[in-house]
Amino acid sequence: MSEKKLKYVGTRPIRHDGVDKVLGKANFGADLNLPGMLHGKILRSPHAHAKIISINTAKAEALDGVLAVITGDDFPPPPSGKGSVEGPQDFGDMARNVMAREKALYTGHAIAAVAATTTRIAEIALKAIEVEYEVLEPVMTLERALAPDAPILHEEMRAKGEEPLPEGPTNVATRTVMGFGDVDEGFSSADVVVEREFTTETVHQGYIEPHAVVARSISDGRAEVYCCTQGQFMVRKYCSKVLDMDPTQIKVTASEIGGGFGGKTVVYAEPVSIVLARKSGRPVKIVMSREEVFIATGPTSGSHIRVKIGVKNDGTITAADATLNYEAGAFKGSPVMAGMMTIFSPYRMDHVRIEGFDVVVNKPKVAAYRAPGAPMAAFATEGVMDELASQLGMDPVDLRLVNAVKEGDTAAYGPKFKVHGFIDTLQAVKNHPHYKAPLGPNQGRGIACGFWFNAGMQSSANVILNEDGNATVVTGNPDIGGSRTSMALMAAEELGIPVDKIRPVVADTESVGYSDLTGGSRVTFATGMAVVEAAKDVVRQLRERAAQTWDVSVDDVEWRDGHAVAMNGHADDHEPLSVAALAGSAAKTGGPISGRASLNARGPGPGFATHICDVEVDKETGRVSVLRYTAVQDVGRAIHPSYVEGQMQGGAVQGIGWALNEAYMYDEKGKLQNPSFLDYRMPVASDMPMIDTVIVEVPNPTHPYGVRGVGETPIVPPLPAVAHAVNQATGVRFRSLPISPPRVLAALDD
Amino acid sequence: MPLENEGEDWRMLDAQYISPRSVAEAVEALKGGGKDAMVLAGGTDLLVQARTGLRDPRLYVDLKRIPDLMALDISSKGLHLGASVPAAQIFENEDMKALYPGLTEAVDLIGSTQIQGRATVGGNLCNGSPAADTVPSLLVLEAICVIAGSEGERRVPASEFTTGPGETVLRPGEFLVRIEIPAPSKGAADAYLRFIPRTEMDIAVVGAAVSLTLDSSGCCEAASVALGAVAPTAILVEGAASALIGSTLDEAALERAGSAAYEAAQPIDDKRGTAEYRRRVASVLTQRSARMAAERARGRN
Ligand SMILES: Cc1cc2nc3c(=O)[nH]c(=O)nc-3n(C[C@H](O)[C@H](O)[C@H](O)COP(=O)(O)OP(=O)(O)OC[C@H]3O[C@@H](n4cnc5c(N)ncnc54)[C@H](O)[C@@H]3O)c2cc1C
Repeated sequence: MSEKKLKYVGTRPIRHDGVDKVLGKANFGADLNLPGMLHGKILRSPHAHAKIISINTAKAEALDGVLAVITGDDFPPPPSGKGSVEGPQDFGDMARNVMAREKALYTGHAIAAVAATTTRIAEIALKAIEVEYEVLEPVMTLERALAPDAPILHEEMRAKGEEPLPEGPTNVATRTVMGFGDVDEGFSSADVVVEREFTTETVHQGYIEPHAVVARSISDGRAEVYCCTQGQFMVRKYCSKVLDMDPTQIKVTASEIGGGFGGKTVVYAEPVSIVLARKSGRPVKIVMSREEVFIATGPTSGSHIRVKIGVKNDGTITAADATLNYEAGAFKGSPVMAGMMTIFSPYRMDHVRIEGFDVVVNKPKVAAYRAPGAPMAAFATEGVMDELASQLGMDPVDLRLVNAVKEGDTAAYGPKFKVHGFIDTLQAVKNHPHYKAPLGPNQGRGIACGFWFNAGMQSSANVILNEDGNATVVTGNPDIGGSRTSMALMAAEELGIPVDKIRPVVADTESVGYSDLTGGSRVTFATGMAVVEAAKDVVRQLRERAAQTWDVSVDDVEWRDGHAVAMNGHADDHEPLSVAALAGSAAKTGGPISGRASLNARGPGPGFATHICDVEVDKETGRVSVLRYTAVQDVGRAIHPSYVEGQMQGGAVQGIGWALNEAYMYDEKGKLQNPSFLDYRMPVASDMPMIDTVIVEVPNPTHPYGVRGVGETPIVPPLPAVAHAVNQATGVRFRSLPISPPRVLAALDD
Repeated sequence: MPLENEGEDWRMLDAQYISPRSVAEAVEALKGGGKDAMVLAGGTDLLVQARTGLRDPRLYVDLKRIPDLMALDISSKGLHLGASVPAAQIFENEDMKALYPGLTEAVDLIGSTQIQGRATVGGNLCNGSPAADTVPSLLVLEAICVIAGSEGERRVPASEFTTGPGETVLRPGEFLVRIEIPAPSKGAADAYLRFIPRTEMDIAVVGAAVSLTLDSSGCCEAASVALGAVAPTAILVEGAASALIGSTLDEAALERAGSAAYEAAQPIDDKRGTAEYRRRVASVLTQRSARMAAERARGRN
């Protein structure tokens, strides 16, 4: 880590895309229109669980203005065998999720699609498609899914990891166990043991921009896709898998994106629009409605978690044991593993056992949502910690301080922690005026901690020096949180030119090297690393050009504050050369200058946060108001502090919503009752106090500027922080979310 | 109307829109459009319903260009509120705030700044939602609805206007022109409170309006209490009113009014709250609303 003073990193310039966004000029997914373009609509299952007996599209096809009607039969068989699974993604399942084949597995599952000259004709055509279903009993809860007589979603599913492996099919996709030590021994040496169960409901990311895509099929079988996504290379790969094409047959351009939070890390309408475009011979646009977003795109899991923790009278944890059940939705792949890996990670322990179940139910397949799996896990662990603190008569922060993991400690999921600032966040909370501020009647305060791994992965960047001395920074990561400006800030620091002389752009899949999607809080860390490397590449070339101009060795040229400076006795002979001067003369010194880097970034650095929440409870109506909220987080280094604060505030608000009022509500037939922002109660701006932030900076040694991931950690502590505050205000422990007014009033009665 | 001439496939075409400049023109337009025509005020209910497929008008008759419907007049006789006056114009009106604070608050609660630039009391009432925020206030203020149609004008009390969820006394081709509310008597004031889990952009789980008249000694001479969102339509709660009348609005009287509200409420369990919860909140809000109205009325004596 260089201790060099930074000129641009850490400042707060206006974002490069800001003015266009404020003026409504930025182009989002639904903004592209092409000549001859058709409008696509998707027919969705009205049943949560049903066999598809037949689909008759004849009447729809006969309508004037309808140019294509497709069903699962228009897609290649879902991938299976080698190459069909990659990390958490099973492309066979993905193909079936994009367009149902044998079965409809949730209300909203895509059954067929049409492309027509107007959206109205497309809608009328949908109504003309005749589908015969054999309706099956829907499986809407974990309890039902795990019951011995539960209807089975997937006949071939066996509970992987269950010992012995059950013979018949089940709704459990996987059982996983991890841990070390001997928990029985650990609990026997404890003075106090608390064991509790916690539940959370299905919640949606709630991004403002619905999914939207325009696809065009080109004569040689290639396809071009424009869409709002967290990863253009992801869309390319996933469409190629689902449609059995080579990835490079597909060009994907990412639009501006109106939020994703993990929800835009998979494909839904993209492959459908390609097939429609191919069949109709015209470009096809599909824009989801809000209802479609709610019923058919990935929310995150509902969960049931049991946590048991034992402590000595001084607060030291002796053992911890947890069982986590997460709903995956219609196809396997809940974030239960991440839940398991985060559930005890903030605390040091010698004896730990964690068991997790990935369970399918007739709800939309879950997608990533900001620190996937971790908030529910923290809700459970922190809830038990809070109760332990009160049983021990200890300050809740002190209990954490006794147990907080330090550099070199082994995390409950295995690896050893590198340097991080967890304890610093706890100290910052203790010293913050908020922590000591007086509370009024019916008010309460809670604190809670959170951990998230953060990701590294593959990124590419090009830094192009233009003839006027301005630079273009090209990356392959859609900007969902201000990352473009952070890229520009790091490039500015390396090149020594002001950030407004740098234009950061997000390129399509044919204009920059492969980049994994924007997710895992990885872009400022990993793509930032690539940008720094590419900028260093440019600086190296600039020094070479100066050396050539001056006829000195490149070792005699130093790069200082945007200038090549002659050294080692040559200083008096040559005036320093600026970036602009060197760029202007590039044609004469060897041609254009650009740098590039592609890398697989390692060591993203753990993220820890501690939050403080104050609430007031109206004991006559059960309404909980958040009065004051402070989020403290170790961010490594804040490249652009405003965007770091924005992430901390946004994560906190999403977590508060999850804690208080958000939940998918299904009827007994498995139909979602609240697929709109009116009844899916995300917080609105006036519900929230200003979320106060405290940035703690313990630099991550693996990143040139010390960055660690920021975006996900802040959604981890709010669920328990809110619950603990409500507990202090009412004396009641809430272990089921949401803590909605009717539940509060009912609990106060008991 | 053009709709009739488009032949069989007119349903495939986009909807049509006209904006008449007088009540008579609007009556004509609606006649021509038949059952597929709907009047459009702010559109903050209707356009949402059309988008989600709940309704499918083929002709929109815009009521925002008709001067009679855009007028807000306050005189010694009371209020004439045109059906299409936007919410923002109502709650920014100082006389409205002074004379009908409860109704004005109800109007102020609708939606957000953007919604309030378009949304109307006429639309709120004619949409027929049991949870519509202005309706309980219209009931306690004894509003009269003035309706136009091809058979001429008729007047219906607000308390009889809504007949069920999404249903009103309006016959095909009829529309609301204005709402008339008498001038408040001396010592009278109203209040409206609603419960939502959030602070805005939500639909009332329960709404409670109270209008009171206090004599110079602080005794309640007249009272009216109405609840929203706890029955198929907003309801007047006579029992709650009589609990208040003759009292000094002491805690015991307020509690009796609350109990009457609890008893009168017949809510259902749904995504917005359980029945028992709604009845509890109906009682709480009735008492709080009565307390607010009383405070205001005391200030006016
Ligand atoms: C984001 C949002 C928030 C909202 N918040 C609230 C809220 O807090 N409280 C609340 O009560 N409502 C709320 N609403 C609903 C809506 O805004 C109100 O009901 C509003 O008052 C409707 O008025 P409008 O002029 O927009 O009606 P429109 O949508 O134009 O019309 C509604 C219905 O009434 C009919 N209609 C309109 N005017 C007349 C007339 N003069 N004669 C006959 N029929 C007529 C229409 O044909 C239609 O059926 C909200 C809506 C949105 C979108």
